[in-house]
Amino acid sequence: MSRTPLDTVEHAAATPDVELPWAELGLKKDEYERVVEILGRRPTGAELAMYSVMWSEHCSYKSSKVHLRQFGEKAPESDAMLVGIGENAGVVDVGQGYAVTFKVESHNHPSYVEPYQGAATGVGGIVRDIIAMGARPVAVVDPLRFGAADHPDTKRVLPGVVAGIGGYGNCLGLPNIGGEVVFDSCYQGNPLVNAGAIGVMRHEDIHLAKASGAGNKVVLYGARTGGDGIGGASILASETFDDAKPSKRPAVQVGDPFQEKLLIECTLEAFEEKLVVGIQDLGAAGLSCATSELASNGSGGMRVTLDDVPLRDSTLSPEEILMSESQERMCAVVEPEKVDRFLEICEKWDVIATVIGEVTDGDRLEIYWHGGKIVDVDPRTVAHEGPVYERPYARPEWQDALQADDANKLPRPASSEELRDQVLKLVGSPNQASKKWITSQYDHFVQGNTVLAQPEDSGMIRIDEETGLGVAIATDGNGRYAKLDPYHGAQLALAEAYRNVATTGAKPLAVSDCLNFGSPEDPAVMWQFAEAVRGLADACQQLGTPVTGGNVSLYNQTGEAAIHPTPVVAVLGVIDDVARRTPVAFQEEGQLIYLLGDTREEFGGSAWSQVVHDHLGGLPPAVDLERERLLAEILISASRDGMIDSAHDLSDGGLVQAVVESALLGGKGARLVVPDGLDAFTFLFSESAGRAIVAVPRSEEVRFNDMCGARGLPATRIGVVDGAAVEVQGEFTLTLEELRTVHEETIPALLA
Amino acid sequence: MTARIGVVTFPGSLDDRDTQRAIRLAGAEPVALWHKDKDLRQVDAVVLPGGFSYGDYLRAGAISRFSPVMETVIEQAKAGLPVLGICNGFQVLTEAHLLPGGMLGNDHLHFICRDQKLRVENAETAWTGDYRQGQEIHIPLKNMDGRYVADEYTLDKLEAEGRVVFRYVDFNPNGSLRDIAGITNEAGNVVGLMPHPEHAVEPLIGTGRTDGLPFFTSILKKLVNA
Repeated sequence: MSRTPLDTVEHAAATPDVELPWAELGLKKDEYERVVEILGRRPTGAELAMYSVMWSEHCSYKSSKVHLRQFGEKAPESDAMLVGIGENAGVVDVGQGYAVTFKVESHNHPSYVEPYQGAATGVGGIVRDIIAMGARPVAVVDPLRFGAADHPDTKRVLPGVVAGIGGYGNCLGLPNIGGEVVFDSCYQGNPLVNAGAIGVMRHEDIHLAKASGAGNKVVLYGARTGGDGIGGASILASETFDDAKPSKRPAVQVGDPFQEKLLIECTLEAFEEKLVVGIQDLGAAGLSCATSELASNGSGGMRVTLDDVPLRDSTLSPEEILMSESQERMCAVVEPEKVDRFLEICEKWDVIATVIGEVTDGDRLEIYWHGGKIVDVDPRTVAHEGPVYERPYARPEWQDALQADDANKLPRPASSEELRDQVLKLVGSPNQASKKWITSQYDHFVQGNTVLAQPEDSGMIRIDEETGLGVAIATDGNGRYAKLDPYHGAQLALAEAYRNVATTGAKPLAVSDCLNFGSPEDPAVMWQFAEAVRGLADACQQLGTPVTGGNVSLYNQTGEAAIHPTPVVAVLGVIDDVARRTPVAFQEEGQLIYLLGDTREEFGGSAWSQVVHDHLGGLPPAVDLERERLLAEILISASRDGMIDSAHDLSDGGLVQAVVESALLGGKGARLVVPDGLDAFTFLFSESAGRAIVAVPRSEEVRFNDMCGARGLPATRIGVVDGAAVEVQGEFTLTLEELRTVHEETIPALLA
Repeated sequence: MTARIGVVTFPGSLDDRDTQRAIRLAGAEPVALWHKDKDLRQVDAVVLPGGFSYGDYLRAGAISRFSPVMETVIEQAKAGLPVLGICNGFQVLTEAHLLPGGMLGNDHLHFICRDQKLRVENAETAWTGDYRQGQEIHIPLKNMDGRYVADEYTLDKLEAEGRVVFRYVDFNPNGSLRDIAGITNEAGNVVGLMPHPEHAVEPLIGTGRTDGLPFFTSILKKLVNA
């Protein structure tokens, strides 16, 4: 077909019978009909491009929306919440006039296709969300999940993902302070690459994505727009255009961290001079998203001249320009008299900036190309009034059988020798082994404010040098637990992240989540999703930590096999003085090791059942959120008042894993005694929730015990920091050297 | 009185603010210098900080070396201005030929971030006077292109003249020749090293050590006593 005439609004109105490639763009028939109904005519090619990307699952949350509402409806009262769900990222008050913004997002699919760039641009995208709130980014975290550690494809995907995260994040000058690395064959072909970022600002500097004030200018700045990142099934792949054009571009974007670093500095300088009325980053759906969201969140309309967009490739069509996901671009709304200064700052940082439009006093988003009007829409219908689905969901018929396959009935070690062997096997298994080979590829030190970084229980950043005010963040998720029981599995993810933050001495304040699931078109997956969201919303309500935002990633499945339902939860906490933080490592010989909380026979979904028996069945550990809250309060008080010198949360791998980590990190061993009423196996391997170990200086023992007693938290003295081995009296001794070898050599042996 | 120590910000510099903080903690006055500006603002010494200036495009340090500020830095360094290049700054100094040799990619091909043990081989440069000769210190290291290389003649000359200032101990993190972590010029006013002393100046932060602070107190003492 010919490229002329230009498919303007007038042309569309005059040619109602032209067939548009809505199906190739991923729209359903009824969705296309709805667009026609909204517009009262057929859409132009450019309008169709915008609706199709903005109404995609990724941008519109059309399958998940009806469930996600619970995060708002059940949100606990929190004085800390400054900006909630719906903006680029949530914002939390952390005191002393500071606000912190944080968010976790997924970049799963691109990272499988092209691990380095997929992961790199994941970091880039989340960092731009943080800048768009007005904050200086101060740290990143990366929860990652891969297929089996010894699968050949893992050796392709993991090193690329890690290098991509490092290559981008290191180059931006952002310390990488936390995250996870989990291996499970369910992620084969569907690795989960989640990326989180934290930013800090003063309260008065919070910026929002809205275009207000007729006459204000819309400035596009950053990288030039190219043909990269346009969905494979785009309007270009259709018959509408000829073959001479650069049509099918790779669907994965390519990142340039240097450009993003300049973008950060130039944006922050513009904020400092109060030049910005509204701001939005260009991520998924590029300009379609930025213009429609800015316009629909503001008071007026917007007029954009697409010819003014700086291009990397002059042959791009208007549809491509609207859909391009070229990285390192942002869109700001600036008052006319401040535009010159804004452009000057961009020039100082060698960032290309162009006025591409202005805010109007109407309520339409109008986009022009070569003098013709190619888009004329109500921006709300693009950005916020997309389709909403009540997808059918049903508890899978296999769920009962899975839960009945009780892990507590698996054969247990029959002798001390076997127990010892299983401990070694556990601490050397890929999921429990040291991830130093991975984390040493990330810069932890840059910015000079890193108080704690992985493998600590949570990452901690100082945000005020004078007062020592700091924030902590932990991300956790256990797909095995969630597979056994999505409702409680999601709650366990929250409980663990909450506990991890408290273990370092920080008070948990708020939550962001990244919900990774299979196909929403499968009622079993949809049930997992619904249950997980319900569980998480209920738990957030009970713990008083509101969800400030997050991300949903669906379709993580190859063929019939979906990944384990994997809600990843990030908890942000605050600490008044980072000097009071508590590290994982044992500090001093002679200190007493206490186990806090109750230990039950709970092995469903445990690391032990996976490592020793390759088993997944039964029920995950019981959830007791009131206990979690009490444990957190005790840990925070003990940190603040100097009653403990080290602390470590108990989670996957149980007590023995925690003790080994504290011992190896501190270079000091431990002598343990199995407490009355517990057998050695349960003591070492159970994964009961709501527990932590702490090392108490002898001088503080009475005070610490009194506090736990008065508050009703079980605290059991289980041993002492001592020697160069982990010894379980009457059972076995493992030297630190032996433990270090199995713990640290596993990952390099598999992946280096 | 105190000393004014300039810290250059190139596009892509990352540790410029951290270096300013280290200078402040040592008791000197940090002065921000901008790459497009030839004016050194009357500073008594200059630090070229770490980062990925110009994205490390072409070759680490290769573009920065031609920036306007470097024209003045090169000229004044030759006249005795104390200059410290950290990581990317070291790369800029070799590209500018203020120091001999150059840096290649780490031999294991990965970025590496670790707490690195070093031995002070020369405690008499402008930047190392507060260390003891032979002292072993821990300083964070983080780089992609940290493998110091030079021809044998240059290496022998550096060794003979005592111009190897720091050497990696126990573990060579990047394949650098003769375990070299840092070197100085003939006059001892220009020092470059791969590890990051500015990340080891506060007991709570980073690795929790303060082994990097003497860099900044050394230069301060030298300037104030001069």
